[in-house]
Amino acid sequence: MKVSYFPGCTLNTTGKGFDNAVRASAAAVGLDLVELPDWNCCGATYPLIIDNMLELAAPAHVLVAAQQEGSILTTACSTCYNVLKRTNKFIQEHEEERDRINTFIEAEYAGEVEVKDILHMLRDDVGFEAIADKVQLPLKDLKVASYYGCMVLRPPNEVAYDDPDHPTSLDDLVAALGATPVDFAHKNECCGAYLAVKDESITREMVYAILRSAQNAGAEAVVTNCPLCQFNLDKQQAEMRKSYAGYQPVPIFYFSQLMGLALGLETEDYGWERHYVDARPLVQKLLEGAS
Amino acid sequence: MRVRLSAESVHNELVQRIEEYSGQGLMACYQCGKCAAGCPVAFAMDMLPSQVIRYAQLGLVEPLLESKTIWLCAACQTCYTRCPKGIDLSRIMEALREIVMLEKGSHINYDALTSEEQADWPQQAFIGGFRKYSV
Repeated sequence: MKVSYFPGCTLNTTGKGFDNAVRASAAAVGLDLVELPDWNCCGATYPLIIDNMLELAAPAHVLVAAQQEGSILTTACSTCYNVLKRTNKFIQEHEEERDRINTFIEAEYAGEVEVKDILHMLRDDVGFEAIADKVQLPLKDLKVASYYGCMVLRPPNEVAYDDPDHPTSLDDLVAALGATPVDFAHKNECCGAYLAVKDESITREMVYAILRSAQNAGAEAVVTNCPLCQFNLDKQQAEMRKSYAGYQPVPIFYFSQLMGLALGLETEDYGWERHYVDARPLVQKLLEGAS
Repeated sequence: MRVRLSAESVHNELVQRIEEYSGQGLMACYQCGKCAAGCPVAFAMDMLPSQVIRYAQLGLVEPLLESKTIWLCAACQTCYTRCPKGIDLSRIMEALREIVMLEKGSHINYDALTSEEQADWPQQAFIGGFRKYSV
């Protein structure tokens, strides 16, 4: 199945490893991601002032480009997903504002494209059972905490394809890869997002609450689908070792990295060198366990 | 705190601007406190999310414009998801930030970011942060 794919700015730069892993592992399970030509930044936040049409122009422009390519647009960045999905719904439901946006970007778009998160596609269009059938290296005995963040869950009436309070899609994927999902209370609690740009100490406390909760549940690794969550959870741990006595760091994976590993793909370009908490020892252990 | 209420003070210009920018009806809130109970940044706030609405209901907007709280809301929408009245508090927070920034300018100093930070941090953090904290 071929589908239009929007990488977004973060996956094109600091999150390149996430992007490489997503493309390779999606292809391995029969989902061919075709990069949208001439895409632009989605804006990274959905505007919350009700008449802020200008900030909807960038995501609307992406949706117009996607319409030329097919009926579905997918993305792996949960923030891009959130912005594109909400913009599309807004355009569908607000005729007058739609006309203003269309006039501004010189288009005639009424929300025809379906925006789907890649995890949603892996669950419903590929199927986790089909993915499980292709696993070469089951991640046996690996206890993984799935961290969903905010963007694919809230607001639920606009973006959610999973239960906003008890999401399971990442856990189910992790289980399909042979690992053991661990349940924890903070799986959908905000990590602080862009707050770190102003004050990292607040982000650190939020991240500590999340990771302590995951580790208390027995997690040896955390998996996420948001590049900003991955960055916050990963980076803050270096300082947390100084602020919280006895804190033991835990590697933070993108789900696609674990997926590529379990599918037996080459993982050199998965961005391991960018991780703040080195994930390579655990990866090595998994690879050795399989041989 | 003693507050003298009148129709004029409760519907003052700032209250009207909050409702206009956010599209939210402030009087819908009956102070159940779910927003404050579930807010993951409440520990760092000087006014709880539920207090932000309460103050606005009473026409007391100035303390909100001076609060730390409005800059700490990351729009995670946990409060909106749980609000029994369907109020999107993150939109009210954005309206308050907008009112401050329209008068005083951006709330973030670009120059304070080191080049190392600029190289390492995801674009998403910068673009999101600049959109929230600058005009």
